Amino acid sequence: MNWEILGIWLGALVTFCLYSFLYRDNPFYKFAEHLFVGMSAGYWVIYNIENVLIPNWWQKMFPAEGGFSWIWVIPGIFALFMIARIVPKIASFSRLSLGMIIGAGAGLNMVSFFQTNALAQVKGTIFSLASDSVWSVFSSLVLVIGVVSGLVYFFFSKAHTGVVGKTANVGITILMVAFGASFGYTIMARLSLLIGRCQFLLEDWLPTIPRLLGFGG
Amino acid sequence: MAGIIEKLGNTDRRIIFVLIALSVIIPISFNLILPNPVGAEPSRDLFDYVDALPEGSNVLVSFDYDPSTMPELQPMAEAVVLHLFKKNVNIVGMALWPQGASLGQDAMSGMADSLGKVQFEDWVNLGYKTGGGVMIVRLGSSVSAVFPTDKDNVPWAEIPMLRNITGLESFSLIISLSAGDPGIIQWVMMAGDRFGVPIGCGCTAVSAPTLYTYLQTGQMVGMLGGLKGAADYETLVGIKGGQAIRGMAPQSVAHIVIMLFIIIGNVAYFSQRKKGGAK
Repeated sequence: MNWEILGIWLGALVTFCLYSFLYRDNPFYKFAEHLFVGMSAGYWVIYNIENVLIPNWWQKMFPAEGGFSWIWVIPGIFALFMIARIVPKIASFSRLSLGMIIGAGAGLNMVSFFQTNALAQVKGTIFSLASDSVWSVFSSLVLVIGVVSGLVYFFFSKAHTGVVGKTANVGITILMVAFGASFGYTIMARLSLLIGRCQFLLEDWLPTIPRLLGFGG
Repeated sequence: MAGIIEKLGNTDRRIIFVLIALSVIIPISFNLILPNPVGAEPSRDLFDYVDALPEGSNVLVSFDYDPSTMPELQPMAEAVVLHLFKKNVNIVGMALWPQGASLGQDAMSGMADSLGKVQFEDWVNLGYKTGGGVMIVRLGSSVSAVFPTDKDNVPWAEIPMLRNITGLESFSLIISLSAGDPGIIQWVMMAGDRFGVPIGCGCTAVSAPTLYTYLQTGQMVGMLGGLKGAADYETLVGIKGGQAIRGMAPQSVAHIVIMLFIIIGNVAYFSQRKKGGAK
């Protein structure tokens, strides 16, 4: 039994089942979809036990050199609280765990997120005009005009008429250009996935057919 | 003429699917390779930055993706790893995504074997660790505290190339090959802005537009966006007929087909609107 060829054939069959949805919904697609969801769920449960729970919690509570580290019981209890949601009577315990996660996340991210995504971006926009080449200055001007007019478009406290209306029109035009660029990149990403599948079918799966029929080496 | 345009506007979507499939299958079948000129783009910036690294530098490569984005990110990983090895730079691999550790292993061990690079002296894979941004902050003060062993449980003390590595400041560059969250944004926020380590990235085409803002502000030194970015890096490194370069021919042909359908759709729409049929 050649396990490699079996794997390739299974991959090809599931690929065909999934792409069959492009024609219309059908049992082959449903089978592949359910297979994917079921296998993913099973895989992730085992993966998280093996790679997250055991090394980061269990092995710290029961170290290899022996003994018992009781402090690690606390995160274990909080983890149990998370699944308390499935029992309505004690569901409120899960809020303690969620509160801790949200609090830690917010505390850690508050300064960093503001620094990276607000202050640095504002600074980048303001100081981009201080450049030496003509093209850079032009490019920076487009950036500044784009940012300001884009913000004006979302400013609803004043009617979009006159100068405000014209600026808002520039803003929406620039937003449309940005959405167009985003759409183009999305097409490139989706096509890359299709290309990957086609390369698999043409370069890995197709050559196995003559081998199975006894024509190839 | 108007009738033909109207018919084209109402083309069955399955015909479009078949044409897109053909536009991808035919160039792959005929092994069509189109020229891929690389101008002053973010991919060249990343290449130049890596090229200027002194020999013996330590670079952290984080494989933050899984098999669903392999067609875009695995060719990038292989090209970046090849370049780093050619520059005699030490590679410390890790992953914020569970399956990234195995994909990184494939890229690093494959290239290391062909170039005679030695595991634990020239490269190491520390594996996957959960935690995203929180874990990166911890890496800032001590990498060994987060990764006491490598991916295969070899203790930190037994890996010679890690002797001089303490926190993130030990690295001359961090490259995140990222398919989403956690990924490049966490590296920029926690490692770049907080610890001052230069950041480069390779990302899926979907996320590329949102990441351009970090290039303009100098928060990243360079970026590989989607299959085009991977093909650029393969060209710059000198990989002949690499997977991404081969992928750019079907990519280009399919884009032409899509553009034609966009034009046809718009012409049909405006033609119908002129007649009062569409609103």
